[in-house]
Amino acid sequence: MTQAPGDIERLIELMARLPGLGPRSARRAVLMMLKKRGAVMAPLAQVMAEVAASARDCVRCGNITGADLCDICRDERRATGELCVVEDVADLWALERAGAFRGRYHVLGGVLSALDSVGPDDLRIPQLARRVRDEGIAEVILALNATVDGQTTAHYIADVLAPSGVQVTSLAQGVPIGGELDYLDDGTIGAALRARRRF
Amino acid sequence: MKGERVRGLAVASLGVSHFRSYRGVRMVFDGRPVAFVGPNGAGKTNILEAVSLLSPGRGLRRAGADEIARRPEVLGWKVSAAVRGLHSDHEVETWAECGGARQVRIDGKAATQVMLGRILRIVWLVPAMDRLWTEAAEGRRRFLDRVAMSFAPDHAEAVLDYEKAMRERNRLLKEGVGDAHWYAALEGRMAEAAALIVAHRAVAVSRLMRAQADAGGAFPRAELDVASDDPEDLRAAWAEGRRRDMAAGRTLVGPHRADLAAVYAGKGVPAGLCSTGEQKALLISMILANARALAEDLGAAPVLLLDEVAAHLDEGRREALYDEICTLGAQALMTGTGPELFSALGSRAQRFEVTEVGGLSQVCEMGP
Repeated sequence: MTQAPGDIERLIELMARLPGLGPRSARRAVLMMLKKRGAVMAPLAQVMAEVAASARDCVRCGNITGADLCDICRDERRATGELCVVEDVADLWALERAGAFRGRYHVLGGVLSALDSVGPDDLRIPQLARRVRDEGIAEVILALNATVDGQTTAHYIADVLAPSGVQVTSLAQGVPIGGELDYLDDGTIGAALRARRRF
Repeated sequence: MKGERVRGLAVASLGVSHFRSYRGVRMVFDGRPVAFVGPNGAGKTNILEAVSLLSPGRGLRRAGADEIARRPEVLGWKVSAAVRGLHSDHEVETWAECGGARQVRIDGKAATQVMLGRILRIVWLVPAMDRLWTEAAEGRRRFLDRVAMSFAPDHAEAVLDYEKAMRERNRLLKEGVGDAHWYAALEGRMAEAAALIVAHRAVAVSRLMRAQADAGGAFPRAELDVASDDPEDLRAAWAEGRRRDMAAGRTLVGPHRADLAAVYAGKGVPAGLCSTGEQKALLISMILANARALAEDLGAAPVLLLDEVAAHLDEGRREALYDEICTLGAQALMTGTGPELFSALGSRAQRFEVTEVGGLSQVCEMGP
C-alpha cells in the first residue's frame, strides 16, 4: 500500500489508537477530513486544541470540566444528599443522559485491581470518604459495573463507609427494559429472580 | 431407566482443519458408538480432542489454542460439527487464528464457550486420568469440577470468579498490603463463589454415588467424599488467617484446597491403594455414573469420549461397558489399537481406521 506523507501517516496512527477505530477506519476518517479541510478539519483541530488546553478534572467529583468545579458540583439544586459513585466519566455521562438522577457524582477513575496494581489511593476513594463526611451525604449509590473487580470495589467502599452510618445502596441487576428473557444469560436471570418484587 | 434406550446427544458430523496431525478431514456419524482404530501415534486421540473442544474449556488435553495448530504450518486451526443438541440440532464451529484466542460460532453467530455447554454435554476419560487417585489433589479437584460443571454449567463461572478474587488476594498477601477493607471485599467475593462451588461439588458427588448404586455389578462402586471447609466458616477463617497467609504468600484455606476421596466400596480400600486395574475400573464406573445421572436429568445421554479404555479391560468388563453405553443410548467415541477390542460391539458401532503417513493423519470408515 502506498504510504501517505509522513505527518499524515502520523495522524492516521494517532487516530487508529482511538476506541472504535482501526488502521483502515482511521485512514478513511483522515482522508475524509483532508478532502474537507476547511469545513471539517480546521474547525476540528481548533476545537481540539481549545479543549486540550482547557479540560481538567473537577477537583470535587472527578468529572471532566473546563473549570475547577464541574457544572453539576456548582449547581446547588443538585445538593440532594445523594451521591452516585461511578467508575468512569463515561458512566456519569450515561446516567446524565438518562436524566433520572438529580444528585451529585463521584468518579473513581477505575476499579480496584491488585493484579494491575490499582489500589484505593489510585481511585479517589479517600476523597469519597471525606465528601461523605463534609457534604452531609445521606445516601451513597454505587453504580459500578457488575464485574468481579467492580463488585469487589463496591464491597470495599461499603466497608470503608460503614462507620460513617451513611446509607449505601447499589443499582438493581436484572431484566433490561425491552429485554426478552430468552436472550438473557443465566446469571442475569438468577439475579432478576432474586431481586423480584410484589407486582 | 435401565434397559430403556434414550435419544442421546450426538455429533452428527465432524470436520477438522489444520488440527494437530490433520490437514483436513470430515467424518459423518450415525449416532451409534464410534470406534477409532489405528496404531499408536496415528492421530486417534486428536479426533477425540477435537470433539472435546465442542464443550467449554481447553479440551481433554488442556492445550492452549496455539498448541493445537498443525505444524509446521501453524496457520491456526478449526473444528466444525453438526451436533444433535439438548433442544435442537446446531452447526458449531470453533477455531483459533495463529496467536489468537479460541473463537466459537453457533449456527453462524458468534457465541461464548459457555453457550457450548448449553447445547452439548461431553464427558471424557483419557489415560492421563489413570493417575487420578495417586497424583496431587489438583487433578481430582479438576475432575470433580468437570463433573460438577456437567450438572451445573454455571459452576465454571463460579470457579473463575473465585480464582480471580483469590489471585487478587494472593497479590495483596505477597506485596504485604495491610488494608483490611480490601481483604474484606475480596474475601466477600470469594465467599459468595465458594458457597456455589461447594454446593455444586456436593451435588456432583451425591449424584455420582446414587447413579453408581443404580448400576449393575460389572464395575465397582466408589464411596466418594469431598473434604472441604464449610463455606459459612470460610469468611471468618480468611479474615483470621491473613497474617498466616501473608507469611505463606498465598491463601491456605478454601475450596481451591479441597480433595475428592474415594474408597473401593466392595473392599473398603482407599482408591489410591487399589491395583492399577481396580483404579481404572473405579474411574470407568464414575464416568458411566456421570453419564447415567446426566441422561436422567436431561432426558438424553451425554457424548462420551473414551480414549484407550478398552485395552485395560478384560473381555467381560469390555462387553459390560459396551452394553452399558448402548443401553444409555450414548454416542461414545472410543479409541483402540486393534479392531478386536471392539468386536463385542458387533453391528452396534461405527468403525473408522486412522492411519498416519509422513506426519499426516487420515481417517477412513471401515466396512461392517
